[in-house]
This record gives sequence, C-alpha cells and structure tokens, in this order.
Amino acid sequence: MAGRQFIMQVWRGDAAKGSFQEYRVPAAEGMVLLDVIHAIQATQAGDLAVRWNCKAGKCGSCSAEINGKPRLMCMTRMNSLNTDEPITVAPMKSFPLIRDLVTDVSFNFEMAKRVPAFKPRPKGPDGTHRMQQEDIDRVQEFHKCIECFLCQNVCHVIRDHEDNKKHFAGPRLFVRYAALEMHPLDTNDRRELLKDKMGLGYCNITKCCSEVCPEHIKITDNAIIPLKERVVDEFYDPLARWLRKLTAKGS
Amino acid sequence: MAGPYETHEYDVIVIGAGGAGLRAAVEASAQGVKTALICKSLLGKAHTVMAEGGIAAAMGNIYPEDNWKVHFRDTMRGGKLLNNWRMAQIHAQEAPARVLELEEWGALFDRTPDGRILQRDFGGHRYARLAHVGDRTGLEMIRTLQQHAVHKGIDVYMECTIARLLKDGDRVAGAFGYWRESGRFVAFTAKAVVLATGGIGKAWKITSNSWEYTGDGIAMALDAGADLIDMEMVQFHPTGMVWPPSVRGILVTEGVRGDGGTLKNSEGKRFMFNYIPEFFKAETAETEKEADAWYEDKKNRRTPDLLPRDEVARAINAEVKAGRGTPHGGVFLDIASRRSADYIQKRLPSMYHQFKELAGVDITKEPMEVGPTCHYVMGGVRVDADTTATTVPGLFAAGEVAAGLHGANRLGGNSLSDLLVFGRRAGLYAAEYAKKFTGAVKAGVDQLASVEHELLTPFNHHGGENPYSIHMDLQECMQNLVGIIRTESDLKKALGEIARLKQRLTRASVEGHRQYNPGWHLAMDLHALLEVAETCTLSAIERKESRGGHTRDDYPKADPSFGKINLVTRKKNGALSITPEPLPEMPGELKQLIEEQK
Amino acid sequence: MSSDSVAIGNARTLRRDAWWLQPVLTVAGLTAFIVYTTWAALVNEHYYLAPYLSPFYSPCLSSTCRHVTWALFDWPFSPAILILWAPAGFRVTCYYYRKAYYRSFWFSPPACAVRDGHATYTGETRFPLLVQNLHRYFFYVATLVVLFLWWDAILAFRFSAGGGGYEFGMGVGTLVLLANAALLSLYSFSCHSCRHLCGGGLNLLSEAPFRYKLWLKISRLNEHHMLYAWISLAGVMLADLYVRLLSMGYITDLRIF
Repeated sequence: MAGRQFIMQVWRGDAAKGSFQEYRVPAAEGMVLLDVIHAIQATQAGDLAVRWNCKAGKCGSCSAEINGKPRLMCMTRMNSLNTDEPITVAPMKSFPLIRDLVTDVSFNFEMAKRVPAFKPRPKGPDGTHRMQQEDIDRVQEFHKCIECFLCQNVCHVIRDHEDNKKHFAGPRLFVRYAALEMHPLDTNDRRELLKDKMGLGYCNITKCCSEVCPEHIKITDNAIIPLKERVVDEFYDPLARWLRKLTAKGS
Repeated sequence: MAGPYETHEYDVIVIGAGGAGLRAAVEASAQGVKTALICKSLLGKAHTVMAEGGIAAAMGNIYPEDNWKVHFRDTMRGGKLLNNWRMAQIHAQEAPARVLELEEWGALFDRTPDGRILQRDFGGHRYARLAHVGDRTGLEMIRTLQQHAVHKGIDVYMECTIARLLKDGDRVAGAFGYWRESGRFVAFTAKAVVLATGGIGKAWKITSNSWEYTGDGIAMALDAGADLIDMEMVQFHPTGMVWPPSVRGILVTEGVRGDGGTLKNSEGKRFMFNYIPEFFKAETAETEKEADAWYEDKKNRRTPDLLPRDEVARAINAEVKAGRGTPHGGVFLDIASRRSADYIQKRLPSMYHQFKELAGVDITKEPMEVGPTCHYVMGGVRVDADTTATTVPGLFAAGEVAAGLHGANRLGGNSLSDLLVFGRRAGLYAAEYAKKFTGAVKAGVDQLASVEHELLTPFNHHGGENPYSIHMDLQECMQNLVGIIRTESDLKKALGEIARLKQRLTRASVEGHRQYNPGWHLAMDLHALLEVAETCTLSAIERKESRGGHTRDDYPKADPSFGKINLVTRKKNGALSITPEPLPEMPGELKQLIEEQK
Repeated sequence: MSSDSVAIGNARTLRRDAWWLQPVLTVAGLTAFIVYTTWAALVNEHYYLAPYLSPFYSPCLSSTCRHVTWALFDWPFSPAILILWAPAGFRVTCYYYRKAYYRSFWFSPPACAVRDGHATYTGETRFPLLVQNLHRYFFYVATLVVLFLWWDAILAFRFSAGGGGYEFGMGVGTLVLLANAALLSLYSFSCHSCRHLCGGGLNLLSEAPFRYKLWLKISRLNEHHMLYAWISLAGVMLADLYVRLLSMGYITDLRIF
C-alpha cells in the first residue's frame, strides 16, 4: 500500500452554495472512510464539518452518502471501495444541509416527540414484570436501532417529496412504533395514529430502508409490514372486525 | 440577565446527556422544577451507547445468595479499598431498583426461563450480576432514558457545548457555551447545575472513548473552585482491538470473557494463571482444569481471566513486553474454541459484527487480538456521597465526571449502575437545592466578555498552531509517559510537555468561520483536555505506590499509608495544588463485610 | 478542482454502480410472464392432456371445460378468466411484488437513493392503491386455488388403463404438477399476511405456543418470499407450457411407472 493515495471528492458548502472538493490522502492499512475524513481534517481542512462519535458503528452519527450510497463512514472500509477512482462523500440528501457533511436531522427528533409514550400494564404480584424471551426477541431487534437516520434519508417518500415530511414519520419511527406495539407490556394502541397521522400508508415497501440499515434490522419485513397488517386488522378487514365483535360479545 | 447573548433561565440545568445526565434530568423534572438538558452531540449519541456488557445490580435472579452486601464487598475490593464506602453502599443498595425502573420505562433485558432479568458474569463480581441486552446494554439504557425524557417534555439543547460555569459569588449560577451548528454563544442561568460530562479518555492515543471525552466537566468544576480527587486513577481496559491501526482501541467487551473467552499468549498458553495477586488468591482458580470447571458451575473458583480490569491489563502489558504478544502487539482472546457459533452470535452480536466488518475476523472461528485501551477515569470531581453535591454550592456531579465510588479501579458493569443510581440522586438533590433557593439568580455577565474573547482567539491567529497537531502530540505524550506503567521521570517529562502544549495552544489558529467548525471546537476542548492531563500527571507523581489504575514502576507495591488517602486537586489563582486527605472512615460492620473471605 | 455546485441537489443519483440492472431484469421477467399468461389464458385450448391439467385452468368451473373440476355454469369464454383473477390479485397485492413493480415499472423509486420518477407521491393512501390492504383476502382465495392444484397433482397419478378403467402411475408431468403445487404453496404460505394471521398479530406469543411455533416457521419461510415469488412464477408458467406442448403434440410425456 506504500505510496498509494486515496482521491476523495468531499462535499464542502452550506445551504446556500457548495461543491465537491478534491483531497488526496495517503493510504494506510485497514482504513475506514471516517479515518480518511479525519486525515483531511487534521492536515488539509481543519474546518471540514462532520459528525462522529464512537467510530465503531454503535452511535449512528457519521451517516453520509458514499459514492451515492447512504452508509456509515466508520463502517465503510476503504478496501471495499474501488479506490482507483475518486470517491465521493456527500451529506445525507433528505435533510437540510448545515455545513459540509453535517445536516439538520431535527425532523427525526420532532417525529419522536409525537410518538405516544410507552404505557406498561401493572406489575406482577412480586412487584416486577415477568416477560418471556420469546415475547421480546422481535422487539429487541427493533431496539438495536442506532438512530443513524440512514433509513429516513434513503426513503423516497421524503427524500424526493419534501412536502410529505408533514405527515410521514419514516422508517426509523415505524421501527419505534413497532417496538411499542409489539412490546409485551405496552397497553397503548397507536394504529389509528399510524394510519391517519404518521403516514404508514405512504410506505410502498420498496425496502430501501432495510437495504441501508447498518444494524441489519429488517425494517420492512419485521416492522412496517406487520404494522400495516395490524392497521388492516383494525380498519380494512370487515371479517376480522366482525369476528372480534362476536368474540367480544361472547366473553 | 442582560447582554448580547441568547439566554435561557432554568431551575436546574444538566450538562451532558449520557446515562447520568438523562437520569438526572428525568429526576429533576419529576420533582417539578424547570429542567434543561444540554449535550455536545445529538441526543442519544453519548458514550453510554458504547457500554456493552451490562448493568451490575445484585438482584439475585441467578444466584439468590447475591445481595447488596456482596456487591458492596466486590466493589470495594475491586477498587483496592480506595472507594468512598458510603457511595459504594448506596450504589449496591439502590442499583436493583434503578434497573427495574428502566423496565417500567420500556427497556427489554434478556430473560431467564422464568421470565426474570437474566444476569451475566463479569470480572470482579462474585456472582453473575449484570443485567444485559446481548452486548448492547448501553444502547438499550440510553434509548430508554432518552425516550422517557422526551415524553416528559424536558427541554433538550443538542450540539450545544458548555465552555464555562457561571458563578454568583461562591455559588454556581449557570453556564456559558456555544451552539456547534452556528458558533453563536448561549448562556443559561440556573439555580443548580448538574455535571454529567463523562471522562477524559481523549487525552490518550489508544482509547475506547469518543471525541466528546475531553474532560470538560472536570476542568470547568476545577476552574469554578471544586475539589477533584484521585485524578491519577485511570482505567485501561484490558481488551481493546489492536488491528488494523485505524480501529486500535475500540472496546472489546468484558462479556467475551464472562461468556467463556480466555486470554492466550503467542505460545497458546493461558497466561493469566501467572498473574493472580495475593489479594484475590482465595477466590481464583489456580489451574486450567479448575478454571474450566467454573464455566460449568459457578460455585467453583473463578477463572483468572475475569480478575479485575487493572490486573488483566497489567498482565497483558507484561506478556507483550516479554515478547509473547501477537504479531500486532496484543494477546489472543479466544471464545471460538469453547462456545458454538450460535451461542457467540446470540450473546455477542455486536462484537461479532465489529470484528467481521472492521478487522475481517470471524470470532466464531478465530481468536481476536486484543490489548489494553484507555477506558475510564475513576478520579474526578469530589462529591458528597448522598447528595452528589460538589464542594461548590449549587454544583452537582454524577457519572464518570464524579469520583469516589470506584476507588482505584472500577469493576465492569458498575459504571452503568453508577449512572443510574447517582444520576437520579444528582437530579433529586439539585432539584431540592433549586427549590430551597430563594432570591434572584445572578450570573455575572461581566465574566462573559473575557470568555468570549478567549474562545474566539483562534480565529485571530493566522498560520499558528494546528489544534489537531496539538491534540495528537498530547495523546502521544500521555500514552507514552502517563500510561499503564508510570515512573517519576516519565511523569515529570510529561509535565514539561504539557506545559509546552499549553503554550502552543495559546497560538492555535483555525481556518474558516464559526459555523460547525470542528477545528475550532477542538481548540476549545483542548483547554479542558490539557488541564485534566496536567492534574492527572501531577496526582500520579504524588501517589508513590501502585494501586488499581495507577501502577508505578518505581514503587511497584501498594503502600498501606497511601491506601488511607485521597489526593485532592485544587486550583487557586490559576495554580494547581495536590493535597493528601484521609478517606472517610468506614463503619465497623461494613469493614467486616470486606474482610470476609470465601 | 470542483464540480457542479448544485450536483447533490439535482443529480438523479450519485450512485455509480449498475443500479438500473435490477429494475430492467424485473421488467423483463414480469413482462414475459404477463404476455405469456395472457395469451395462454385467452387461447382456451391445449390446456389438458389426461391426466394433466394446466394450472392456469384449474379449478375449471365451466361445464365447457375440457376437464371439468367443478361445473358451476356454462361459460362462453376461456374458463381461465374465472380463476386467474385470484392468483393474479394475490400477486399484484403481494408485499414483494409491490416492491418489484413500484420500483421497476413506476420508478417510485427506481432504486435506492435514485430520484423518484414522479413529482408528487401519495403512496398507498388513496384509491385505487388503498386496495392493497385487501391482500389477505386474496391470500384466502389464492390458497383455495393452491388446494385445487394439489388435487390436480394427485389426479396426475391416475392414468387411463387399457380396459377403460384407471391405473396408478407417474409421469414427468406428474412431477411437474407436484413441483408446481409445492412451489405455489411455498409462495402462498410465506406470505406476509399469512405470517401476521398465524401469530404475528399477537403481542404475547408465549401464551399461544402453537401459533408461536407456526409463526417462527412461517417467519423463516417469509425471509425467502421473494425467491419463492420468482421460482413459483416461473414454475407455473413452465407447468402450463409443459401441458400445452404435450397437448399440442410437440413432446410426449415420459412415463416413469
């Protein structure tokens, strides 16, 4: 690897204007893309704005679009890219640009505020909650979410249609709703909200969220589709409705 | 408060939104006072997410014999008795309730077959004690607290760095900082301030800590007149990744060893049997056969692979120095030969993921290469054990920024429980303090003009020192001279180097403008980082013995007279002083608990 | 030194890999199937050669059928029309095919991080796409059809004997129909709606051990739903083609015993 260089095209600029700037960085073994960005910062552009924290794929801060693909910079090994060509690094497209690779992700935090809180059933006789592992396995998958917002970024519902942000919570939030709806202790029902206010119906299950998830959460199959089916139970399935009424009367 | 700055008024402000800060804010808000939470990063990104293994709490779900007394004993012995006994007692007593509380807020820990919280073995803990979620317990904890805080409507100021505490006479009266996004300054006035800013790991080169760990809270408290203690006590976690270079230092959870991983040198030998200290002889297995029996039945004596972290880190260090290290200067950590691939993937999913993606190593088939990495500072701001009050009125501290609970060495799993137990207490007593406080909150604005000038200085220099270079040189210095094994001459050299770096920092220059400018942010963080590096080095010179996280090559033995004192750091008129002060006296019945051998 | 300053806002995508390949293949595959099926369903001949019935014409509900499964009435057109709406509806509303055609036919989006082909977007919130919510009803009828296909596969063991009676036997066609029924079953029972109905809708799986086990099994199948969707699609087409070629006399069936 001695003497080799990575040629980087890094987006520099703010909401008003910007462009891709080229930087050349000496290659070292085992580098991930975030190392290369740090090297640029330390030696060539001290003010290059980038978010990062753990550098181990656990905090979900360093999301960007690398050669056009939404990924975590800290989990993108340089030897997984074609380094004969320049590598483009751009900020997430779906959120307003603050500067360079940093975007304003407050949309996600605002949507999180609108999630009806966890409301547990009363504790058991010993003052604790007994839960079975089989009841929490699938919710634990959702709890793996590191909130990198790559799924929100790649989702075309808001990526290409800014106006949908008003009424579409996005994949990250659907994962959160699924975690609450399937939580063995929770007693809230969020299905009507999901249908009417959170835009579950806007999802056309094209699965880009699942493709980019660095935690490999099966967002579409395990969170969104099951939520859609639960909404169907409540609002679009007359048979199920009738059966529910029947059994409710019987009991 | 008048002035040209954006200003917010609160009863309580909490600085730092990791586990301790979130728990403090939740508690303060529940007490009915107006609370704000301020953090350097986005909410939910704090270092707590990196905690892997679990939360230590003597719930006795696996071993009914476990109770707070055993946990207290383990914590004190692990800390080489330098701990504040009262903190260790409160911690052991309250941890189980704090864990169950998280469950009430939506956390989902792994379960036992009868539906209770599963607990895992960890170094230095006599019984399987760590409530956990695979190997991503910190994430579960921070997300649960974060969502709970959001639902309680607590005001959160994200990507807002606090640079100075504001005072009104002797009292703390608020804080001053800047929005990272815009670079604009912002002031908070508050009746009480809780520091929950974490540690100082970014002063070392090989570290498991993120960029945020620059010791801001410790430095601000010191500047505000608070006492620090035990600043020489820095924990090097025995198992960080060592290869490739770019991931050097990233943590490998102790859970790997708790779940069956063993340490081996390049000769394939389980070397830990050669490093069992007298202090832990009675409870540690002496042969491989005996240690293997422990994995099957925990009533047997424990494997030395799970000795407290300081012992293991020193042992690895010694093996590598003796030429029995791996090609990349670590030792092997092998779980593949004891556990099935399924078991490993279920119990340690993020370790599997981390090695696979970053090092190209499949830990279900091959051993990992690991070596010590700077992980935690046991020292920090001196606090009252019950209330977490610092020596400055109105200023409270909880979590890694505070000192006392862990003594000379922290046991794995005791950090997350520390955050919960003392985070809650900090919020509670800060709220109580704020409620009792009457009269106007006056934070002198006159302080701010000079602070502003100081913070903006790097923009006025051109072609000066690069803050990134200063930072790298500091990390190099601390790594080489104030590392795991220390000597007086190295430490003195380090002091000289730190003084030079401080000089260089006055000439630091940054390019660009104030909007989201990491170079500028680093230049400001370096003030704190250099200050904590200096206090750590000064304290290390004064403690002429080896104990826990502090090992002196020139004083290789523990000295009982040092075992009775804390080293207190104070700053008066810009000068640092280190003073030995006696530890608080432990009541007889607790002393007995510690001496009981079994 | 620098490229176009509006590049990130206006470029369709910054991706450089062959992102267009998947939509192209999907369009090719689905179009081929639709063209063939439409023709095969409307042509109303060469769909039966004893004992094999083409799956496109099963169950045959018109008394005009060459092989009547269950004569309900006289139907002047191709009897395939009476049936094909059910599996077609099942596939059209299927969660996998929705992804496939929304991406490749409707460009919404053509691939991840590639710009949507349309200026406005309302997803499945309005009629007609609101109908996608009826997927489970299509699952019910399509499953019924699969039952008939199993019946056909069983009948495919019954060959005419010399004296006017029947004898038990097996030909390549028998295997073709068996494979077809099996693949369609895999596709049907790996369906997301089925997964939900079997147990996914429960919050406390531990209290319904049977449904929990069923849900686990179907979840495992569900992971391969896309694979089953394609191979069952190819399978049903090839099964029809096999019967058709037999019936047209282009090939002869090989009797195994």
